[in-house]
Amino acid sequence: MVKNKQPVIELQEAVVTFERNNSKITAVDHVSLTIDRGEIYGIIGYSGAGKSTLIRLVNHLQVPTAGKVLVNQQDLAGLTKHQFQQARKKIGMIFQHFNLMNSRTILNNVEFPLLGEKLSKNERREKALALLKLVELEELADAFPDQLSGGQKQRVAIARALANNPDILVSDEATSALDPKTTLSILKLLQRLNQQLGLTIVLITHEIQVIQTICHRVGVMEAGKIIEQGKVAEVFRHPKERLTEEFIDTSINVQEALSRIQQKRLDNLFLLKFIGETTNQAVVTEMAQKYALSANILFANVDQFDDLTVGVMILALNGPEVAGGVDYLREQGVRVEEIAKRVKQA
Amino acid sequence: MSQLFPNVIAMQADIWQATLETIYMTVVSAVIAGVLGLLTGLVLVVTQPGGIAEDRPFYSILDKIVNLLRSIPFIILLAVISPLTSFLVGTTVGTTAALVPLVIGIFPFYARQVQLALQEVGTGVVEAAQSMGLSNQEIIFRVYLREGLADIIRVSTLTVISLVGLTTMAGAVGAGGLGNVAISIGYARFQNDVTFVCMIILLVLVFVIQFIGDRLADRFIKF
Repeated sequence: MVKNKQPVIELQEAVVTFERNNSKITAVDHVSLTIDRGEIYGIIGYSGAGKSTLIRLVNHLQVPTAGKVLVNQQDLAGLTKHQFQQARKKIGMIFQHFNLMNSRTILNNVEFPLLGEKLSKNERREKALALLKLVELEELADAFPDQLSGGQKQRVAIARALANNPDILVSDEATSALDPKTTLSILKLLQRLNQQLGLTIVLITHEIQVIQTICHRVGVMEAGKIIEQGKVAEVFRHPKERLTEEFIDTSINVQEALSRIQQKRLDNLFLLKFIGETTNQAVVTEMAQKYALSANILFANVDQFDDLTVGVMILALNGPEVAGGVDYLREQGVRVEEIAKRVKQA
Repeated sequence: MSQLFPNVIAMQADIWQATLETIYMTVVSAVIAGVLGLLTGLVLVVTQPGGIAEDRPFYSILDKIVNLLRSIPFIILLAVISPLTSFLVGTTVGTTAALVPLVIGIFPFYARQVQLALQEVGTGVVEAAQSMGLSNQEIIFRVYLREGLADIIRVSTLTVISLVGLTTMAGAVGAGGLGNVAISIGYARFQNDVTFVCMIILLVLVFVIQFIGDRLADRFIKF
């Protein structure tokens, strides 16, 4: 949904270090990042990679030790207190644990960010009700947070985050505490808001599904650094980093399949990846016929990354010309890995 | 009745007077210590490590003062601060003089209770409020005091009940009230019925305070 490329968020060589027990921990290590207006940018990484710290830089919940954070071309560190508070109002944020106020009704929770604004009581109420309608929860206006399910709470949190008409929404693992079905419905909501309101969304997650489902661009984070980034389809078409490949494998359940297969003999087992145009499974049949091999499929799965299809297959090949068959597959653009080697590396 | 409680009947007026004195000491010191303790508790919670106005040196000093004051046994505190009491009130005897040690004895305890109650509000909600661009002042009033209200009421009830206990100790060393009657008359003159009735009145006071506190807390917990 990138209409005109215009950076809304820019991190320039951002560094965050913490002091703990006299040792320095670098949570964010010289990260430079540009996020354009209207895009959904996802940062994926395991816990401890520094994602949470990184995303908190965007609204200065975390102040960088070094480097700059620019939002709408403004350096947050250079603003007066009042300007800074105004700038924060234009950056909505949602959290893993929702962070609603239990003593207030749903409606009051959504009204909460508007309490400091010059609005009449009625205007405020109207606005909050409209937001609740946007997230399809208007019938729960008078309930309290404890009466809601996780997915509903996150919807309320989204409505609340939108109260000040922000142009950026920051999501800190917003779906990590939710079940897969609810996750999907929240993601669809975020996608709708991105399209309807032109909202720029920055999210962090450890779930590859989140990236697959709604992100336009992705950054892969490890040990405080963004080790790889780009359009979702491109990053997953040619993953340069081991970690990126690992996330793809997770998404297609390769790891799980491997751990099951590893109990048995590993000879002549091959992991095949069909990325994009090579998602043509006739290749295997052709190979088997051409080289007179018996190809036994132990595992197969297909997944979608944006507009990119990735297929995975684990084959047991038997016959005199296994090597020839593997070469043939590689010629056809299939990524082939010997599982015995892979296990040795791990 | 007159056989079971001979001395009580003879001293009805004194016991009534003592009850009023106990209520007076409790209420006035609760109000003063309440304000002081609430402020101190708030300052502790906002300046503590990770607080919205984190200030480690300041916090560590205040924290130590609170701990120190809490460590002094009340009966010793009564004696130690008597010069301060006589400077502030002009005397060290009587119910008004007792207010000084009562306030100093209870407010650090209350401050700590308030700090713990406000910590329960959780960093998540506070962080959410910060992300909405609220000022620290707005966060104190709209988040901490609002979300922590039910817990503040609970710890206030607890504090007032402890305060009733402290007034009786102050009473024993010349502040008047039910403590004074129970000890210097009931105990010293072997009039056990007087001591017993004082205890019953104190228990009733505690029950009433607990009842009111629970009712108020219920009103502010909504589910």
